[in-house]
Amino acid sequence: MHSQEIFMNKLTVSDHYFMEARSKLLDLAAWIDRMQRANGAADHRWHGFSDCLPILTDDQPEKTRRILEQLSDPTAEPIDQAGEKGASGAWPGNPSRGN
Amino acid sequence: MRYIEPHAHMVSRTTDDYERLALADCRIVCEPAFWAGFDRSSAQGFFDYFRQLTGHEPLRAAKYGIQHYAWICLNPKEAEDLVLAREVLAIIPEFLDQPNVLGIGEIGLNKNSRNELAVFHDHVALAEKHQQLILVHTPHLEDKLKGTRIILDALREHPGIKPEQVLIDHVEEHTVRRVLDAGHWAGITLYPQSKCSLARAVDMFETCGMERLWMNSACDWGVSDPLAVPKAMREMRMRHFSETDIQRVVWENPRRFLSAARHFIPVEPTS
Repeated sequence: MHSQEIFMNKLTVSDHYFMEARSKLLDLAAWIDRMQRANGAADHRWHGFSDCLPILTDDQPEKTRRILEQLSDPTAEPIDQAGEKGASGAWPGNPSRGN
Repeated sequence: MRYIEPHAHMVSRTTDDYERLALADCRIVCEPAFWAGFDRSSAQGFFDYFRQLTGHEPLRAAKYGIQHYAWICLNPKEAEDLVLAREVLAIIPEFLDQPNVLGIGEIGLNKNSRNELAVFHDHVALAEKHQQLILVHTPHLEDKLKGTRIILDALREHPGIKPEQVLIDHVEEHTVRRVLDAGHWAGITLYPQSKCSLARAVDMFETCGMERLWMNSACDWGVSDPLAVPKAMREMRMRHFSETDIQRVVWENPRRFLSAARHFIPVEPTS
């Protein structure tokens, strides 16, 4: 479905976005450090986040789409009732995590 | 460069924001009916809100030289109460003749519940009956993919609604292709955290093209930026998109979709 010419080469992309990506990478590392220092048990958000990390370093394309899918509710049927209005950012019902 | 802000909840914004939009060369603002941050307790509350969207807000926008259009509906966050929902649906038709109304929206799903889906079907049937455009809200975060699938299936059950009559909003990388492949229009919402960044929006133009796509700020009472669209235009320029392509996304595309609405009459600039 690609239909738009890509105007930037890798060096230009780095010129425009490297410092921003570096900063976000450090924030990500700092958040992981903070979580590891914290007491108590983590919830589904941490598990959902951790499950996404291998996607960042594999050699496959479309990492953004695949991370969004990894964090998504994979079920198909409507739920019986909307108990709350908000969303947490990671699907809490992953059976492989036992929660 | 002139542009259309196709999704902004201006009742939640100050007049300073109208001035900033005007200074950025925003010519048209479209405002879908929305959740107030708390549940309204009666159909009368919605009636007054619809009066605000169709009477008061266009005047506020006009003071800054901006045309204001509105979408009317009961939003999915308040769809769990079926009795109230159907009372509100009953008062919607009288607003469809107001001169700034574009259609039914933003309807859709929030938590993907059975009642939300039932009210979504009711709204689509109303749009079918009155031949209205539809603006669809897709759920947040982990609920978006499932909700988008359910919405696309539900729309197929309404043969009176053509795919090109429907814009499905808040698409991200995992939903944009499904929406476009179904023949609908797709909206990218530029939010600082919970939806799409400026850079990711432009990534989607690079990977999906610009046919049947638009961008919006969806600015409301929460964390949001009324100037997100002009900031994304700057991002496109930085990546060397042509002025023609930028104008296509921020003016021509929304203009094309909205021109199917009975009341949409954009004032064309002379230059």
